[in-house]
Formats: sequence, C-alpha cells, structure tokens
Amino acid sequence: MPRPFTPKVITANALLEGDVVYYTADDQWTRHLSEAELLTDEAHADLRLIEASAQQHLAVGVYLADMVAGENGPEPTHFREDFRRTGPSNYAHGKQAEL
Amino acid sequence: MYSYNDFDAAFLAERNSQFRQQVARRIDGSLTEDEFKPLRLMNGLYLQLHAYMLRVAIPYGTLGSAQMRQLAHVADTWDKGYGHFTTRQNIQYNWPKLPDVPDILDSLAEVQLHAIQTSGNTIRNVTADHFAGAAADEVADPRPVAELLRQWSTDHPEFQFLPRKFKFAVTGSETDRAVIRAHDIGIQLVEKDGKRGYRVLVGGGLGRTPVIGKVIRDFLPEEDLLPYSEAIVSTYNVLGRRDNKYKARIKITVNENGLDTYRELTEKRFAELKPLFSGVDQEMLEGIRAHFAPPAFRNAPTDAYEAARAADPVFRAWADTNLSEHKAPGYAIVSISLKKHGETPGDATSAQMRAIADLAEQYGHDDIRISHEQNVILPHVHLSDLPALHAELKKHDLATANIGLVSDIIACPGMDYCALATARSIPVAQEIAKRFDELKLEHEIGPLKIKISGCINACGHHHVGHIGILGLDRAGVENYQITLGGDGSEEAAIGQRTGPGFAYDEITGAIETILKTYLGLRETEEETFLEAYRRVGPDPFKAALYPEKEKANAA
Repeated sequence: MPRPFTPKVITANALLEGDVVYYTADDQWTRHLSEAELLTDEAHADLRLIEASAQQHLAVGVYLADMVAGENGPEPTHFREDFRRTGPSNYAHGKQAEL
Repeated sequence: MYSYNDFDAAFLAERNSQFRQQVARRIDGSLTEDEFKPLRLMNGLYLQLHAYMLRVAIPYGTLGSAQMRQLAHVADTWDKGYGHFTTRQNIQYNWPKLPDVPDILDSLAEVQLHAIQTSGNTIRNVTADHFAGAAADEVADPRPVAELLRQWSTDHPEFQFLPRKFKFAVTGSETDRAVIRAHDIGIQLVEKDGKRGYRVLVGGGLGRTPVIGKVIRDFLPEEDLLPYSEAIVSTYNVLGRRDNKYKARIKITVNENGLDTYRELTEKRFAELKPLFSGVDQEMLEGIRAHFAPPAFRNAPTDAYEAARAADPVFRAWADTNLSEHKAPGYAIVSISLKKHGETPGDATSAQMRAIADLAEQYGHDDIRISHEQNVILPHVHLSDLPALHAELKKHDLATANIGLVSDIIACPGMDYCALATARSIPVAQEIAKRFDELKLEHEIGPLKIKISGCINACGHHHVGHIGILGLDRAGVENYQITLGGDGSEEAAIGQRTGPGFAYDEITGAIETILKTYLGLRETEEETFLEAYRRVGPDPFKAALYPEKEKANAA
C-alpha cells in the first residue's frame, strides 16, 4: 500500500544569495517558512513542484520538504529543515540573525 | 615557497575570466543550473545548507604572510569575517554570494591562490606533511614533489572526469603526519643505498568503506614519479567503476581487482608512458626545489627561552604541548591551536589571520602551514623568540596549550553547514572540549586524537581517530556512533565500533565514560589511551558504555 501523503512545503536556495527560500501560494519565494504554502494534496504538490522548479533564474535545488501545520504556519518535522530555517549552531549567522 | 611564473599567472587569469563569464551567463539565464553546476564545482563553489561555500586550496598547506592577509581580506570583504580550515589543507568560506565569487577569485589570484579542482571528480589539492622542511626526521622536504604533482594534475586533460575524486598526500618522513595511508595515492620520500626515491601507496581512503593504502611500489626511482603516477591514475580512469558512486573510488577498484592485477596493469601502462616523459619534468622539479630552499637559520643564544620556561608556568605548559622538534639547532616548530575550548575547530577570524601573518613575518621566516588537523603551524621559530611570540598569541586567543590532547579535535562542518551531513559535528566537538576543560583532566589523559564526522563520507577522519565519532540520522534524530582504536599514523588502523550509538545529549558523557575507564585501567601514567586500548581491547570500554547489556550477559 502506498504511504499516505504527508504535508510539505517547496523549498530551495536562492540563486544569488544562496540562502534558504520557500515557495508561497502566490508563486513568490520567501525567506520566511511561516509564509510558505503548505501542500496537503499530493497531486497539487507535484504540480506546484513543477511550477517552482521552472524558476531557474531565482531558485536552485527545488524540493519538497515534510512539514506539519503549526500555529504560525508550517513547522519542520525533521532536524535538517529546522537547521535550514534557523542557521548554524556555532554562530548567530544565517536566518536567526537576519530575520 | 613556490612563486608563479608567467605561465601560471596567465593560466589562472584565463580560468578566472572564463568563470566570471560563466557566472554572468548563469545569472542572466543563459545557463541552467544543470549546465552551471559542473562549472562552479570545478572552481570550488558549492551550494550548502544556508549559503554558497567557496573552497580555496592551500597547496601542501603552505602560505606566506601576504597570502594569509589576503585570506583575511576576502573574509572581511565578501564573507563574515572568518574562514574555516579543513582536513585537506583548504580554507572554506561559508557565506559568499554568487555574484561576488568572480571578484573573490581575482582577489585570491593576486596572491597566487585559487579554488581550481577543490571539487569534482578530478585530482584534488595535493596535501603534505605540515612540518615539511622543518621536521627533524625527514629525508627531504616533500613540498617540491607536491608542487610538481600540483602542476601536473592541474587541468590535466585526461583526468578531468575521473570515476570519482582523487587525492594525493606526500610526506618526507617515516612518521606519517599527512595520513598518506588514507589517500588514493600516498607518497613517501625515502632513501635506499644513498639514492632518493619514493614509496608509493595506493587505494587508501576513509568514507563508507575505509581502507588502509597498500604499497604498490616500495622504491620508485626519482625520475619515474610523474609517469608512474600517471600510470596509476590512467589505469584507474579506465578500470574504475562509473556505474555506482559508492564503488567508484580507487580503493574499491584495487580491492575488486586485487593489488597484484592493479600493479600489473599499472606497470604495463607505465611502460607505455615512460618514454613519453623526456625528462623535462625533472628539470622542472629542480627549478621548483630552488623555491623551497631552507631559510637562513641563525645561531643565537637560547637563554631567553630557558628563562621564560622557568619563570612562567603558562608559557611552559604551552611550550610543552605546542612545540615540536626542529631539524635546526635552536629552533622549534610552533603549532598554533585553532581549538580554543568551546570554539569551532579550524575557524580563524580575519584578525587572527592577520596576527598570524604578522608573527610569521616577524619571527617565522614568513612561512605558515595549515595542518590537516585544522591548526596553524609556524615551522621555523628560534627558541629565543618564543616568549614574545607566545605573548602576542595570547592577545589574539591563539595560545591554547592543547595540541595533541582531548580538545584538539578534528571536526568536519557537519549539519551546521554541509548539505551532505546527517548530523552536526561542531557542537559535539565544542561540548567535549568544554567538558574536559571543566574536569581539568586534559593533561592527565595525555595524547589523544578525537575525530568527528557528520556523515559517512568521513571528512572528519573518524575512522582513524583514537576515538572516532560518526554522526548519523537515526529515524529523524541525531545519533552518534563511537569507534575506538583508529590511528592515522604510519601504524594506520581503522577504529572498531563500540556498539549502538548515543543521542546528541549523551555523546559527551559517553566520551567521558571511555576516558575515565582508560584512566582507571592504564598501567602507568605514560601509557597512552591508544596503547592501553591496544593492550586491553574494546571490552572494558564496552562494559562501561553499555552497563545494561553487561548486566543482561551476567544474568
């Protein structure tokens, strides 16, 4: 039996700055995970991934990342995505410093 | 040190100009990412978790003060004011922006540095013993050979698309400080019957399948180095597997075909290649050697050093751990620790880089080395200059007296930066260093090498750590496996796993358990951890780490 689809967001790195970006419901790339579109339907997610991947001039390495719905928008389910939305743990650099 | 000739300078300028155009074409949309990625990797530019990362080669770990200052300038101008020195004698900038990279590369070219072949399936930065030219025990300085290999391998047309990446390391000493047995090709300068030559090892490597390199030629005549190296790599280029990334390194090729077959094929290819080398490479090597002439060592009294030792216990403690024997009388090799307790292993701020550059100029014959153990070396310092040098190092947080001790930990960037990582390494290293500093056990424990990797690829050399730590993702949680008894020296050995891994908040405690067990069972204070482990084996450590299992066995 196929595994049930779990909610996801589309994420990538920005072409110029290289930092983590997320795809919004209105086809924009945002630095804030809370603004990302949470995809709960598999067919819709696949379609959105194709659309996001077409934006080669803005984003690199586009993929779907598991999330859960939280009070302030999508929340990571895996520590890798948690680090991506925060920054490194040895210095206050990256998103934790900039946002 | 080596200084570029017109050919080198023109080649680098041309490459940088090509890359500038490639970056422009990527930004204006003429190149897709699939087209651009191999081009940026050939120039050392990765895309990591939070940003791009630029890996700059420090050939055979040697820098002059002008180059170190330029590394600081790059850190300040285009990055966040620091750089990370790696286990392969590179420096990595963690925060460059794509449009700035061409300017960074031009800036590095001003001081004869580059990022060419620091990534991709090519011959990577050629590394060497960081004590080269200074070590009391070496046959000859290995750096001219490393430079010759660098020139030969850079843009070598046959070797730009190898089955997988390929790493050379060179040493001039029997004591292996360059981990040559964990490299695709390891080269040791040797002397036999009054003649210089090379012992050549092949097929070493860590990663998913750790293998200790094997001797393919015990004595290779000096003039055969390039044709023989070319024969080894050429054989691998044909024979190496391209169907499976995990079986593509030369260590697998040698193991699958057998060393004897590999040697036979290499010798056959060598017979074809040898006549094509007219001897010009040996003329070039002679020219390169002149660049590495030893500095004019001075003959001066060392009373100031003895007086400082007697008067200042902090200086004495630092001298006892951070100095190594120099070949010239009255001189010492100084290791500057980039492992201050609680700091990131291998990181240096731009201010520290400039301080090191100044000190190298003032006291160290303008010679700086980066070790694969992520420290900085001033290879030639007169003993009488050490008290002043130490005083300056203290001002810049560079006087930590811990070389070769518990807190002198190798750690890869791990999941704090690296896109391949499965767990973090840096905070684990920071916690262990802080714990043993608080326990005040560091000097009692004595010589110990802890090495941490944040994934199976083993950039942190965990397999050859006396204590190795491997960070993994176990069902969505960071988990750390421990190996014991590894050794990266001339007696190279792969560490053995103790058993199930430990959670992120348990790993420091587990290391403490291992080391307290060692203190309890060592026969004398002189018996090191590694010696004790070799004497008693893993069982006492396993019993201490997994008491529950021990109880179950006893029941």
